[in-house]
Amino acid sequence: MSITVRNLTKVYGEQKAIDDISFDVKTGEILGFLGPNGAGKTTTMKIFTCYMPPTSGTVEVDGLSIYDHSLEVRKKIGYLPEMNPLYLDMNVLDYLEYSARLHGPRGSRMQNRIKEMVHVCGLEEVRHKDIGELSKGYRQRVGLAQAMIHEPEVLILDEPTSGLDPNQIVEIRNLIKHLGIAKTVILSTHILTEVQATCNRVLIINEGKIVADGSPEQLQREFHGAESLTLEIKTDSAEPVAQLLPRLRTLPTITQATLLSQNGPVSRFELHADKGTDIRESVFRLAVAEGWVMLELHRKTTTLEDIFHKLTTS
Amino acid sequence: MTAMPSMTFSNIATIFRRELRSYFNSPVAYVVIVVFLAIVGWFFTSNLFLVNIASMRIVFELVPWVFLFFVPAITMRLLAEEQKSGTLELLATKPVRDVEIVLGKFLAAWTLLAAALIPTLIYLITIVVLGSPDIGPVITGYVGLLLMGAVYIAIGLWASSLTENQIVAFILSFLIILAFFMLDKVLIYVPEGLVTTFEFLGIDYHYSNIARGVIDSRNVIYFGSLLGFSLLLATVSLERRKW
Repeated sequence: MSITVRNLTKVYGEQKAIDDISFDVKTGEILGFLGPNGAGKTTTMKIFTCYMPPTSGTVEVDGLSIYDHSLEVRKKIGYLPEMNPLYLDMNVLDYLEYSARLHGPRGSRMQNRIKEMVHVCGLEEVRHKDIGELSKGYRQRVGLAQAMIHEPEVLILDEPTSGLDPNQIVEIRNLIKHLGIAKTVILSTHILTEVQATCNRVLIINEGKIVADGSPEQLQREFHGAESLTLEIKTDSAEPVAQLLPRLRTLPTITQATLLSQNGPVSRFELHADKGTDIRESVFRLAVAEGWVMLELHRKTTTLEDIFHKLTTS
Repeated sequence: MTAMPSMTFSNIATIFRRELRSYFNSPVAYVVIVVFLAIVGWFFTSNLFLVNIASMRIVFELVPWVFLFFVPAITMRLLAEEQKSGTLELLATKPVRDVEIVLGKFLAAWTLLAAALIPTLIYLITIVVLGSPDIGPVITGYVGLLLMGAVYIAIGLWASSLTENQIVAFILSFLIILAFFMLDKVLIYVPEGLVTTFEFLGIDYHYSNIARGVIDSRNVIYFGSLLGFSLLLATVSLERRKW
């Protein structure tokens, strides 16, 4: 189930919420839609789910246009809107049945599907309760259950973990990962660790434009800056620092070595080297040759946070 | 639009069932029905015992006035609440047409209105026991009430689609219904050339005809077109998110 987006633009009054974006999503991808608030994530999802049309551009789900085959497209999509709206006066089972009926499956197939979703989403204990009585975590599960009640091929989840506590977040993430097998999942978030934990592709969007696209690892490589290491060593005799630094500076490709702290025989340094080089081995060999005891060697990696920050603030 | 007529009816039925259940799950339906019956019952019994007239006429004259408040009270929630809580987005992104949403909700409110009328049959039984009324106008009277109620509900549904605020929806539908209801009651203030137009547009003129036992095609066309037009407005108004 592929999604093809071409030159999508949405204008609200004067403001461009999405500005000429194009991308493809393939089956099996869990795509993380990342961006600051107001970047256009929710708008894009509302267009995918046929809630509102774009100002211009096309979206095709499995070759079906959102303009000409709106009902068919909606049948293929399971959607969890932002804020997870639910009918608070309905009980869980009634609500799931209601959602199932609007999607088509009937009779015993429908009942089996409801049972399955109650089981998969861990709703057994609360299935006869009114949704209004449920905790936020349970409501989120109900939201996910209704989104998947008709076995959709595409899942669109707008901030599926917002407002949950850390344990619930882990649960929902695992659920999404588990359910996302062999489906196409698009989820939006502004929590970066979430993307790293669940997605195999990241799309960073800022002010309506795509600013980065790739797997988390790819992005890290692409946006990786100069090498940076922290080193902590214990020297035998209390050698003056002045003698340690010049020796560290003999390391290949090193650009900078600074002392962070010194406490008796223990010294802590920060080392910078050329981009794309790995000097950890040379550091180790130097330490052995000099007879230093290496207490810590840490190579800093570029986090998604760094990339996000770099791309969305300027 | 893709043709899937078999789905259409079942979607309407699904929405209708949820809406009706939601009426009876909350105290609103009961409160509104009880107040409705209390008002009608009080007038009927005082008419019966104080004036000594055993007639359904008082019921058919009074109910249109009570409907002015009763109908906005049962329709104000229908679309306003879905917009406020965001569930409309959930509903509209399912394979459901906007017109199916409107029709399902319309039918649920109409059913509630019919359910509120059922207990008034007790008055009819009382009258049958006490005298020998002419049954024809009673039947057409109920038909008239149902038609009038249907139009009011459609207008109320439209008003409810325009706002997220139930109170605003109530006031709006009350004012529109009141305007249609009063049109043929203000004829003395209307320039002579417009009298027949005002009279024809007034809902009570057509209702009175039907309630008297005269079901004219003009009356039926009037109710039908006003009903269809209001439902269309509600549907279009739901689609305005797409503009």
